[in-house]
Amino acid sequence: MSQSTIQIWSWLHKWSSLVCTLFLLMLCLTGLPLIFHHEIEHLTGDEYVMPDLPGDDGLESLDTVLAEALASRPGEVGLFMSFDEDRPVVNVTSGPAYDAPERQMTLMSLDWRSADFVPPPVEEGIMAAILQLHIDMFLGLPGKFFLGAMGALFVIAIVSGVVLYAPFMRKHDFGTLRVSKSPRVKWLDWHNLLGVVTLAWASVVGLTGVINAFAEPITATWQSTQLGEMTAGYRDAEPPAELGSIQTAVDAVKAASPGMRVQFVAFPGGLFSTDHHYAVFLQGATPLTKRLLTVGLVDAVTGELTDIRPMPWYMQALLISQPLHFGDYGGLPMKLLWALLDIVTLIVLGTGLYLWLARRKRSVRTLMAEANA
Amino acid sequence: MSRPAAAPRSARQRRSLSAIFLIPVLIGLFSLVGLVSALTGDGLRDVLSWAGLAVPLLAIAWAWLRRRQ
Repeated sequence: MSQSTIQIWSWLHKWSSLVCTLFLLMLCLTGLPLIFHHEIEHLTGDEYVMPDLPGDDGLESLDTVLAEALASRPGEVGLFMSFDEDRPVVNVTSGPAYDAPERQMTLMSLDWRSADFVPPPVEEGIMAAILQLHIDMFLGLPGKFFLGAMGALFVIAIVSGVVLYAPFMRKHDFGTLRVSKSPRVKWLDWHNLLGVVTLAWASVVGLTGVINAFAEPITATWQSTQLGEMTAGYRDAEPPAELGSIQTAVDAVKAASPGMRVQFVAFPGGLFSTDHHYAVFLQGATPLTKRLLTVGLVDAVTGELTDIRPMPWYMQALLISQPLHFGDYGGLPMKLLWALLDIVTLIVLGTGLYLWLARRKRSVRTLMAEANA
Repeated sequence: MSRPAAAPRSARQRRSLSAIFLIPVLIGLFSLVGLVSALTGDGLRDVLSWAGLAVPLLAIAWAWLRRRQ
């Protein structure tokens, strides 16, 4: 690599890092407790134990469950319905309108066997605040896009850092940590080592974070393309005044896709459906197909299946980006490894910032020495 | 990226790109196997993920221990 090429990459590394470092420090710090949010919520809250309901193995109709939930929220409508994987619980999200923003939504959990309320997942307190800071810094969609852009700069910093690794390591073995009086040399070696070994993990978590930050525009694209194609015949129809049975809608999609599990249902009028349909999202039965969703659209009035298709690649990419960013798909040991790698990334960011500051100080000193000569 | 056969002994001082990146690329591949494996299933695939993601951390531990000696 020629001297001028090195200079271009160093410029790129310096500025991409400098712009994103403070935000990345915040993301790594808030991300650390979020890795364990499930465990922390279990520790702080009383864990609810599902009661035994002897002689009542059957499940209530989803229409009954929905009616019970909405009875507690007068004037509101149902927006989403999702189903716990490990217990017979239906989660109902309601809001003042079908296109209500997220902050106006209410999440309720009900026992599928009795349509009685059970405690909903904890959504308030310090963990919720940390999550909001991590997602959008309390700035809504613009905050999300901004952090997404910071993530993209982080990826550029990683790539340029890897390119610069070569000229730095020309004369050193992998893993060299020089014993030196100069803290700059010492931290440079640590920065190079920690940065290069976490390259793959940090790139994947960074890139999937960027994808997650753009979830809304990606979903809106899917809604206007795939959902638009699937429901071309409804283009000029008026939105339904009264919705038909949700149980019928779920049954219609289940009948068309044996062996799949219903993950959630989106009501007409929201981001995940059309104005005229219940969108029923199905997941496969194996761990691999569990994350790849198929969407079935059911006419919200007649209860007849309109169309059923696997979601397109960019929605699958969005879906797969969630576990890859959260690290929640391989048990507690994986979460611990995720936390350690997060801490290593914090050190890479911190040493990088130090190296820049130390360099500035030295160059100022050099300038002063010249001035005093 | 391979050196000519007549390269001087100073190769110990100036490493080729492949020599510089061999170990980092291997660590990256182990990490990727670790990232993907647990997505595809449970049980053994989880264990493979833990092993793969532990590789970068073990490399750090190795470099640190080597320095102390």
